[in-house]
Amino acid sequence: MSQAATELIRISGHAGVVPGKGLNREFQVCKLVDTTTCIGCKACEVACLEWNGYTFSETTFDNSYQTMPETAWNYWNLIKFNEHERADGTMMLLMRKDQCMHCADPGCLAACPADAAIVQYANGIVDFQEQNCIGCGYCMTGCPFNIPKFDPPSRKVFKCTLCNDRVSVGLEPACIKACPTGCLHFGTKSEMKELAETRAAQLRTNSGFQDAGVYDPDGVGGTHVIYVLHDAKNPELYGGLPKDPRIPWSVRLWKTPLKWLGNAAIVGGIVGMALHYMRFGLKRVEPIPPDASPNASQNQKQKQNEARRDEGGRV
Amino acid sequence: MTTDAVSRSSSAGQNASQNEESIVRYTFAERVNHWIGALSYTYLLMTGLAFWSPYLYWLAAVVGGGSAARLWHPWFGLIFSASLFWTFKEWRGDMEIDDADRAWAKAIPDYIKNEDDKLPPVGRFNYGQKLFFWGIFYSVILLLLSGVALWYTETLPWSLRFVRYAAVLIHASVALITIGLFLIHVYMSAVLEEGSFGSMINGYVTRAWAWTFHRTWYYDVIGKPRPRPSLPKQ
Repeated sequence: MSQAATELIRISGHAGVVPGKGLNREFQVCKLVDTTTCIGCKACEVACLEWNGYTFSETTFDNSYQTMPETAWNYWNLIKFNEHERADGTMMLLMRKDQCMHCADPGCLAACPADAAIVQYANGIVDFQEQNCIGCGYCMTGCPFNIPKFDPPSRKVFKCTLCNDRVSVGLEPACIKACPTGCLHFGTKSEMKELAETRAAQLRTNSGFQDAGVYDPDGVGGTHVIYVLHDAKNPELYGGLPKDPRIPWSVRLWKTPLKWLGNAAIVGGIVGMALHYMRFGLKRVEPIPPDASPNASQNQKQKQNEARRDEGGRV
Repeated sequence: MTTDAVSRSSSAGQNASQNEESIVRYTFAERVNHWIGALSYTYLLMTGLAFWSPYLYWLAAVVGGGSAARLWHPWFGLIFSASLFWTFKEWRGDMEIDDADRAWAKAIPDYIKNEDDKLPPVGRFNYGQKLFFWGIFYSVILLLLSGVALWYTETLPWSLRFVRYAAVLIHASVALITIGLFLIHVYMSAVLEEGSFGSMINGYVTRAWAWTFHRTWYYDVIGKPRPRPSLPKQ
């Protein structure tokens, strides 16, 4: 990594220890979204559009704060609102910033057939390289979070980059920078995980949210966007966050066992045909025998008999 | 033509020149349709294999790159399907599996060993060819249905995502079946069986060819009684 070029291990003529030697730097980045302190202001949406150069999309009205049903190819960051009535009859407005989760085991990448159209960086960012995208849409099938979105005119698929262009030069993602309540945090995965767990514990002990917890689903190997939820047992309440997201089993089956079975069958078939040719050769055309008749059968004796009967019948 | 054939074969014996006489096996329309199907399938195979394996992605480059392959693959799929459905319309009668085929099926080991003289006589198409045809026919229906779901996958709402999951699996599995059928078809018709490949180019086979490989059909064409008169004529 680039840090290796600035990290010293020996210094000539230097008294004492090498400064920074043995430093163990964590490359894994993480975005923490604390849904309990989100106010639904949508500043993160605006920042995302501005940084990435997109304009506002047409909104829809569905009797709630929800401005559009889901993210779009040019709208990568959307707050999902849910007016949730709790068991005691009180109402909660649940708000979750929806965007790419940057899975450690990304379904989009597993499903993608195009060379280098999706890459995963050592810092955990999963990024689409649109110049290599062929627009097949398999990533949309592989993703358990409904994130990659297709743009028909360009026939390319787009999604949140976790501001890879900002993070790679030491800046935090645009959404993080815009958040006015501090519900968005950005740092290393371990720092964010620790902060999230601290906040969840605080919610459980001080705020009466018994089921508060952190959403960092194991099914996709953990994610580089994690949530603090008041009710971690029911993530579906937060705009359909899947409880146990996994790469769909049909994609797994298609990309691994079926692939090897199919490859083996194709190669085996070609080899089998070559062996057949070497063992049995060509099917030759036989000259029609003089005594050939429609009722001649395969058995030689029977053939003769039938030929005789045939002749007799005609004469 | 049939009458003529009868008059020429009135004597029971066949001389060498009669062995080499031509019989029409495929009409011009059938041949053109076959090669439309064959070329569109070749394109589908190349682009499909490119999407199938990263080690074969270069196949997409051969036919214009990954994006072009993704754009045209569905359209070539429609061309192939149209070609196949025309074949179905023309040949469905010839492709019906009857008792003669069931008898022939029992002798498949002899067929594999090229001991064709041990086989019961067959009509225009043998049981293997019929299985090939119906295999491709039903595969194309499944490929078409799953293919449409993959073609316009972005229009499927999230609540119908199971359609995508089913489509990727069905499309790949069924395509593999067609690859197996295709390989056998190409091997048998272009390599294994003498005179078959040319018949799909110029439309003719020799009398001896027809007598050797499709005896019931041969006697149909030359106008003699069928070896098995009970066979239903389509």
